[in-house]
Amino acid sequence: MSTLDEEMPGPVAETGPRQSRMKAVLGGHLRDYGMLIALIAIMLFFQVVTDGTLLRAVNITNLFLQNSYIIIMALGMLLVIVAGHIDLSVGSVVGFVGALAAVMIVNWGWPVILTIPACLVVGTLIGAAQGYWVAYWRIPSFIVTLAGMLVFRGAALWLLEGQSVGPFPRDFQILSTGFVPDLLPFVKDIFGVERLNGLCIVAGAAMAGALIVLGMRRRAAARAYGMDEEPTVLFWGRTILVSGAIIFVAWKLAAFRGLPNVLITMGVLALIYAFVTEQTVTGRRIYAVGGNLKAAKLSGVKAERLTFLTFVNMGMLAALAGLIFAARLNTATPKAGVSFELDVIAAVFIGGASMSGGVGKIIGAVVGAFIMGVMNNGMSILGIGIDYQQMIKGLVLLAAVIFDVYNKNK
Amino acid sequence: MAPILEMRGITKTFPGVKALDDVTLSVETGEIHALVGENGAGKSTLMKVLSGVYAHGQYDGEILLDGQEAQFRDITDSEKAGVVIIHQELALVPLLSIAENLFLGNEQAKGGLLRGVIDWNRSNRRTEELLAKVGLSDAPTRAVGTLGVGKQQLVEIAKALAKDVRLLILDEPTAALQETDSQKLLDLLLELKGQGITSILISHKLNEISRVADRITVLRDGQTVGTMDARTEAVSEDRIIQMMVGRDMAHRYPERSPKIGEMLMRVSDWSVEHPDQPGRKLLDGCSFNVRRGEIVGIAGLMGAGRTELAMSLFGRSWGGAATGRIEIAGAEVDTSTVPRAIDAGLAYVTEDRKDLGLILDEPILRNISLAHLQGIARGGVLNHGEERAVAERYREAMNIRTPGVYQKVVNLSGGNQQKVVLSKWLFSDPQVLILDEPTRGIDVGAKYEIYAIMDQLAQEGRGVVMISSEMPELLGLCDRIYVMNEGRIVAELPRAEASQERIMAQILRHGKTDAA
Repeated sequence: MSTLDEEMPGPVAETGPRQSRMKAVLGGHLRDYGMLIALIAIMLFFQVVTDGTLLRAVNITNLFLQNSYIIIMALGMLLVIVAGHIDLSVGSVVGFVGALAAVMIVNWGWPVILTIPACLVVGTLIGAAQGYWVAYWRIPSFIVTLAGMLVFRGAALWLLEGQSVGPFPRDFQILSTGFVPDLLPFVKDIFGVERLNGLCIVAGAAMAGALIVLGMRRRAAARAYGMDEEPTVLFWGRTILVSGAIIFVAWKLAAFRGLPNVLITMGVLALIYAFVTEQTVTGRRIYAVGGNLKAAKLSGVKAERLTFLTFVNMGMLAALAGLIFAARLNTATPKAGVSFELDVIAAVFIGGASMSGGVGKIIGAVVGAFIMGVMNNGMSILGIGIDYQQMIKGLVLLAAVIFDVYNKNK
Repeated sequence: MAPILEMRGITKTFPGVKALDDVTLSVETGEIHALVGENGAGKSTLMKVLSGVYAHGQYDGEILLDGQEAQFRDITDSEKAGVVIIHQELALVPLLSIAENLFLGNEQAKGGLLRGVIDWNRSNRRTEELLAKVGLSDAPTRAVGTLGVGKQQLVEIAKALAKDVRLLILDEPTAALQETDSQKLLDLLLELKGQGITSILISHKLNEISRVADRITVLRDGQTVGTMDARTEAVSEDRIIQMMVGRDMAHRYPERSPKIGEMLMRVSDWSVEHPDQPGRKLLDGCSFNVRRGEIVGIAGLMGAGRTELAMSLFGRSWGGAATGRIEIAGAEVDTSTVPRAIDAGLAYVTEDRKDLGLILDEPILRNISLAHLQGIARGGVLNHGEERAVAERYREAMNIRTPGVYQKVVNLSGGNQQKVVLSKWLFSDPQVLILDEPTRGIDVGAKYEIYAIMDQLAQEGRGVVMISSEMPELLGLCDRIYVMNEGRIVAELPRAEASQERIMAQILRHGKTDAA
């Protein structure tokens, strides 16, 4: 009814167009830049207070190994939360699938090459079983997955008969603790360094280069369609910062043992999911379902099927995380994955997703997971007790969400 | 008799709309005063002013109760003064008992040390007394949700009596009731009148009004048209209708020169069952058609089944089993799911923009592309530049006033939001557009723009179906008008033969035949 907003001036004011455009872009992406700045600030803080331990090569490698399964699940959880649901069962699914893998390999003597796909299929079926009730019976996902959480925790205990089962053969462990062999050994001769993983350096440089080229191409395309582009300063500031960080990390990893297998898995998956959410019809429709279910359905979106698929996908990723976690511990225990769901959900919300659905980005979820991971790692190095760690993490989660709500109401 | 209530010079403005303009209403002690007018005439707003929903100071004018000026800050204030309103949508808590509902917010508590503890014996005893007054004998402990709608309406009145009501306001109390329940309720009103309770009755059913009302006040476009005394003069329904609808219609609609072509959509014998009550028919054998270049209107009162018709045609979105036949351009089409309906060339612009039409927190361009994402994608991959270009095209064509297509639609005015919804459906390139109350909540200037867009669509050779409760806009725009009542299409009027009086007469005539 109101005509007031029609007279509202646009974000581009008459005076000082440069400054106000910067403001407008920053305002629109405050969350994205804020997240990145927060991550960097937290890393610098711990780098200083741990006397440089945080960014040592071995610790950076550890950071990836420790957080890989949380990040992998955060990718799936983001879709579930964007669609307007929640999955509380993922921690139990991690435990159950790890147990299943152990029983298959250790007790039954199955080959690893068969066990991994079998476990992924089981995870997918678990996701389908839960998604079915949520999508087609409209049972609240909180209830369905709370039930799943209990069921699969129990199932893990039952499979393992309350014992730990292990160890795993080497070819299973490499899922988590393996490194990609240095395919380019001659690189270290160029740099004249004794221990340097050539593949890692080249891969890092290639990624940083790709980031810059892709960014420039996207800018050019945007300009061709006459879109409001990001101001040049911001674009280059952001691009140089991120590519610099990639090269820095690659350099550090190269000086230790090279590229961890999980980093490749995680990176490829993150790219795929970022592409699906931002660039495909399916991804867009998931946002529509979470944004306004009724409007989406009346616009021809098959909301039930999409909701179902987000849970199927979540189950598969939880199974993958379960395999990686079991491989990392080199044993399956009934307690594996306890409270992982909370870390995953926290990562997604710190990453800017909205509880009511329709909002959230893959990159946000990944950065959110790293913020949690760096804090865990840094506080552990400092010898801060688990008691304080929990309290601090809780407050960080609350602060991130308050920041969102404040921004929205402003 | 002295007036119990006098409302003088009441003016209430919403941003962009003057809902009430210098309205005067005088109600005498002990009478039943009917308040009539079209949807949007300002009846409900006036009653909200009276009952304190809009606090003193949010409107201009004065309210005199028993000659004393009343300045209500909220509903509790007005209820203390004995003014109780019963809204169209019942305000009962279905899972609580009758007694709990009756004394909700007015609980019968014990005294002394036990202040704040409910005295159940007293509650239940008083509930029985009050129920007896309205002719109910149900147990006070029975959950309200287990009662039928008719009995619930009586419980509402009992609740009003519990508050020592002197002036009872009923907003379309019989809209959801069966004939027998309606009669019972009207009898009760007459009985309460005998006990000295004054009522204001808002209703569309003129036969009910002529049965119980002592005086009748007609509102139109937020102004008082006049008050008639049914006790001293014969008030014909025709006269009431004329007072309700007469208004200046010049220059509010675009000049149209329709070029009506071949048959485009034909719906035959379309029937739909109630989704929760199989066997009860919401729509019964509806048949209608639209030609190319034609704007067809569907008139009727709220609850006549118009939205049910549109939504059931569009992918069975209303729910419930549907039977019938839909042809588009000569061939039978399957519209049993929304994607199939869209593929068949249908589009449906919902009555409820915010809840059903838009994703409010998403930007304009994403809302426009949603129903036809394949139009901006190749192999399932979106082309963001193309999406932007499409949005800019519609922004220009529809004159959507916004700083940019990345604005969230929640920040747009009603008229501009409606243009975004229309853009969304135009982008899906439909043959037939069904528009459900397309100008509701939109100011006059934007309405004209929406009409012009509809005319443009017809010019392009599409078929347009407009559902509307505002008869002037149907008459101003449509080439043909169907009249619906109680789930059936009861009349079809070509433009030349249609008038507000005739449409209203059709609705009322069929309403009465059903009642008899």
